[in-house]
Amino acid sequence: MNETNTSDLPMDEHTLETPVTPDALAKLKLGDVVYIDGTVFTGRIGLYKKLFDEKAEPPVDIRSLTNVTFHCSPAVGETSPGEWKVSAVTATASFRFEKHLPMLMDDHGVRVVIGKGGMSQEFYQNHFRRLGAVFLNTVGYGIGAQYGRGVKKVEAVHWLDELGIAQALWVLNVKRFGPFLVECDTEGRSLYQMALKETNAELMQLYEGLPLPTLKRMGEVHNPEDEVF
Amino acid sequence: MPTTTDQAIGADLIREVAFELNRRAAIHIPDDVRENIRGMAERETEKLSKFVLLEIVNNYEVADEDNVPMCADTGLPRFYAKVGNEARLEGGFVALERSIREATARATAEIPLRPNRVHPISRKDHNNNVGIHAPNVDYSWEPNAEWVELTAFHKGGLFGGDYRMLFPGDGVDGIRRFYLDVISEFFKRGLSCQPAIVGIGIGGTKDTCVRLAKEAACLRVVGDRNPDPEIAALEEELVGLGQRTSLSAMGFKGQGAVMDAHIEVAYTHTGGMPVSIHHQCFALRRATARIHADGRVEYRENPEWFTDYYRRETVS
Repeated sequence: MNETNTSDLPMDEHTLETPVTPDALAKLKLGDVVYIDGTVFTGRIGLYKKLFDEKAEPPVDIRSLTNVTFHCSPAVGETSPGEWKVSAVTATASFRFEKHLPMLMDDHGVRVVIGKGGMSQEFYQNHFRRLGAVFLNTVGYGIGAQYGRGVKKVEAVHWLDELGIAQALWVLNVKRFGPFLVECDTEGRSLYQMALKETNAELMQLYEGLPLPTLKRMGEVHNPEDEVF
Repeated sequence: MPTTTDQAIGADLIREVAFELNRRAAIHIPDDVRENIRGMAERETEKLSKFVLLEIVNNYEVADEDNVPMCADTGLPRFYAKVGNEARLEGGFVALERSIREATARATAEIPLRPNRVHPISRKDHNNNVGIHAPNVDYSWEPNAEWVELTAFHKGGLFGGDYRMLFPGDGVDGIRRFYLDVISEFFKRGLSCQPAIVGIGIGGTKDTCVRLAKEAACLRVVGDRNPDPEIAALEEELVGLGQRTSLSAMGFKGQGAVMDAHIEVAYTHTGGMPVSIHHQCFALRRATARIHADGRVEYRENPEWFTDYYRRETVS
C-alpha cells in the first residue's frame, strides 16, 4: 500500500468468514471496510485476568471456535432460562489490554482483534506484524444497535457466574457483522498514526499564544502532539 | 401561583415513569443531537469522517427500528430530579429514591441495559445497575411548582473529562488552552466518542465545577446559550475553536466534532478559578418527564435543568 494520506485511501469493502485465513488478512488495507460472517468471541479484562493471571483452565477451546475476538461486552437479556438475546454491542478501549493480548494471540490463535481506539504502533510491530494479525476498529464508536443486528445468535456464554454479564466470554454467531475499519494491517501499519500526523499540524497552530497553566501536575503530558497513553 | 396541594405524587407512578425514561433514554436519540450530527455528516468532505458520521446517524435509525439501545455500553444510569417547592411525594424522598432504584433494576433486565455498575474494588456486580450511590440521584428545586421532573441520563464514558485548578492570572486564555488540551487528550482516536457536547464548569469549588461541567454537557440541548452574553460569546468562540482542531469523529481529519460548548459558572474563591471540562458522547441518552400532582405525565427531550432559580445570583 502506497497511500500516506487518509483522503487517498480506497476504503474497499470486504466480507470475512471465520476462521479468517492468512490470505484474506493479507488483502486488508488501512481504512478498508470489513464485515464478518461466522463466529466471534468477546473478552475484556475480567476474562484476561482469569485466563492469564489466575491461569484458570479455559472453559472452551477458543482456537477451535474462531480466530476473531471482540473487546466488548454486549447488552443482553435472558429471554428464557439459558436463552440470551443480544440487543446491542459496542467495543471498549483496547489499549488497556496490551499486557494480556499477546497471550491471547499466541496461545489461542487469535488473528483478528475488533476493538476501540487501536493500540500503540510499537505493539502492532511487536505482535500483529509478527503473527500476521489485524486490528479492526469499530465505527463511531457507539453504533451498538447496528452491530446488534449482525449478531444472529448467542452460541454460548462461559464464566457467567464468575465474571458477570459484562465480563463473561460470549460466543456469538454473526452475519454481516460490521462495518469495521482496518486500523492495523498485517504489516503492523496503523491508520491512526496516519490520521494523527494530519490532525496534529492543525492542532498545534491553535496553541500559539496560549501559555501553559500556572500550576502544573506531576505525571502530565504537556506536548499536545503526544498522546495520553 | 399554585398553592400547596394535599395531593401527593404516587410512588408507583414515579416508578413507572422512571422505567419509561430509562427505556426512552437508552433507545431514542433526542432530535437536537440527531439533527446536529446529520448536518455535520452532510457538510463533511473528508471521506473517512463522512463515512463514520453517516454510520452514526444510521445507527440512531436502527435503534428506533429494532427497539434496542443505541449503544451497548448503556453507561451508568443516573437521575436528575427537579422538585417543585409545593410538591408532595407519597412516602417522601425515601420512596422516590426506592422507586428510582426499582425502575433501574427492572430496566436493566427488561430493556435490557448492560449491568455496568460494580463495586470499585471487589468488582462485585449485582447485575441490575444498583449499588452503593448507584444510580446517582441529583436534586434541584423550583419555586411555585407542585410537580416533580425526572431526567434519566445514561452516562457513558471512562474518558473525556478533566479538571484543572487555574488562577485569575491564567485568565480566559487558560480556559482556552485547557479546552484544547482536553480535545487533544480525548478526541484523538475518538476516545470521547465524539461528536461531543462539551460542558465547561468554571468556578465554585472543585466538586461544584466538576458537577456543573457534567450538567452543562448533559442537560442543555444543542444550540442553547448561557443567558450571560459574555459567557454566550465564549461558548460560541469555543465551538469554533473546537472545529478548527480538524479532529472529527474517531479522531480522523475533518471539520471538527464539537456539537456545542456549554459553560456554567459558580462563584468561587477570590484566589482561584477551578475549571472542569466534560465531553458528552454522541450516544446521548436522556429523557425527561414532568409528573404533576394530579397524575398527569408530560414527556419531553429538553431537561430544562438550568432555570433562572437554579442560576440565581442574589440572596433571595
